[in-house]
Amino acid sequence: MRLRSWFVAPAAALMIATLAIPLVIICGYSVLTRGGYGGVEQPWTFENYARLFDPLYGVIFVRSFWVAGVATLLCLALGFPLALFIAQSGERKNLYLSLVILPFWTSFLIRTYAWMFLLRDTGLINTVLQALGVIREPMPMLYNDGAVILGLVYGYLPFTVLPLYATLERLDRSLLEAAADLGARPLDTLLRVTLPLCAPGIRAGAILVFVPCLGTYLTSDLLGGSKTILIGNLVQNQFTTARDWPFGAAASLLLMAVAMALLFAVRRRGEELL
Amino acid sequence: MSVVLELRRVSKHFAAHPAVTDVSLEIPHGSFFSLLGPSGCGKTTTLRLIAGFESPTAGEVWLNGARIDHLPPYRRNVNTVFQSYALFPHLSVRGNVEFGLRRKAADGIDARVREVLDQVQLSGKESRMPGELSGGERQRVALARSLVLAPDVLLLDEPLSALDPHLRRQVRAELKDLQRRVGVAFLFVTHDQEEALSLSDSIAVMNGGRVEQVGTPQEVYLRPRTRFVASFLGAMNWIDGVGVRPEAVRLSSAAPGCKATVASAVFLGPVLHIEARLESGELVTAQLAPGCAFQPEQTVYVSWSSADEVRF
Repeated sequence: MRLRSWFVAPAAALMIATLAIPLVIICGYSVLTRGGYGGVEQPWTFENYARLFDPLYGVIFVRSFWVAGVATLLCLALGFPLALFIAQSGERKNLYLSLVILPFWTSFLIRTYAWMFLLRDTGLINTVLQALGVIREPMPMLYNDGAVILGLVYGYLPFTVLPLYATLERLDRSLLEAAADLGARPLDTLLRVTLPLCAPGIRAGAILVFVPCLGTYLTSDLLGGSKTILIGNLVQNQFTTARDWPFGAAASLLLMAVAMALLFAVRRRGEELL
Repeated sequence: MSVVLELRRVSKHFAAHPAVTDVSLEIPHGSFFSLLGPSGCGKTTTLRLIAGFESPTAGEVWLNGARIDHLPPYRRNVNTVFQSYALFPHLSVRGNVEFGLRRKAADGIDARVREVLDQVQLSGKESRMPGELSGGERQRVALARSLVLAPDVLLLDEPLSALDPHLRRQVRAELKDLQRRVGVAFLFVTHDQEEALSLSDSIAVMNGGRVEQVGTPQEVYLRPRTRFVASFLGAMNWIDGVGVRPEAVRLSSAAPGCKATVASAVFLGPVLHIEARLESGELVTAQLAPGCAFQPEQTVYVSWSSADEVRF
């Protein structure tokens, strides 16, 4: 083996041991029958995949896409102006960028718990509003789709800001000057020049948010409660309380297949554009 | 000729340095006017002040009798051909040329686009993307995109510098031809004296943020008003504080004249390029007819007509 190949070896070994092999195992599990106390048994069957098309689970899939889609759109809507602001703020760029990354210094789990303390009935927001007499009864802010979306947007916003910033920062300023020179007002320049030229950054940001949001289980578990079950929670339940490993394996593989199909769809369009 | 664009004592001082100081210019209707100077002389900043990308620290900019220095770029009836052309990479040739017309919701867009593309010989390439065009074609798209808006003045920021040297001369001739046909005043920024001399009706020579001289190509070349202008445009010998162009220097093997020794003789085809050292030690360059025969180490006598002298 050439020396160059050895440099890949550690990472490749890690990926094969922790990703490729478990993936093969999951594939195998997904076409087996559930064991009485978890685990899997013979015979082989595609029953687990057939069950995923039950409307009961269809609702969960649709809700997962909806939550992830709304979170992605909100991240882009909030992230684009922020990225534009940072890209145009000259010497303070680095300060603002480090502020965007600052939340990563604390664990995502702890930050999600913090939202629970803010949003719950006896939480900070309700307590203050009640003390001020704005509301009499606590507002139900936790354990619904809105809380999950809020948590996701909060958690994944930096992942849209960074790629958007990278494309905006590289944007040739003379193109913006040319647009103004040809009679475009600032809003027109934004819509007809800046936004189209940022398409690669928008795509990258959307993928970086949508894919993990689609598979999220921590945020929906903590902020969504038992009412808002997403695919991630479904998979988790099958491997824990429901003790139906084959069905959990099938659900997680379907999720992965959908996410990858989306990735390829977006990437092929991207290649055409570039 | 009436004036279309006027700069009145315009200055632009950036935090670190003054870029343009006290510049006054008058550009006549339909003229080809060049701003000539070395890099950093303030010529591009002057152009940007007219386009509206910068606002002056002091002074006024007037276009067709209206003061425009407080207006944003999209309200000024001047258009710019950028040094890099700044074509929109996501729009086709047609999309680029239409861009300004669509912003103004103009009438008869299709016909106007067809006409201007015909003028710059790009008919049939409407649906090409900028990335698929040659350098010369891109430059013509940039011209068409601006000219289609019928600006009062077209601003050109070193538009030939991105082209291959062999293409530059040809495009230069086309540019002059185009300017004559459309009759729009061109304000042309360049550091290339040959470009400025060959294209312009008038040249403003800039140095250190100031205009040193404004005049026709003949005036600035033959009657430079400052030492900088004399040295920047063409070569100049300085003998006892008097400037003499190499092509005005005469050499002969007999007196009268200043005695000198030929240091080098280089045959360049159309001219013979001679360097001669005077007894004072100063070097004098002379451009002579190619048939002259002078050898290194030969003693010669240097003379010139007093009419060709430049003194300040």
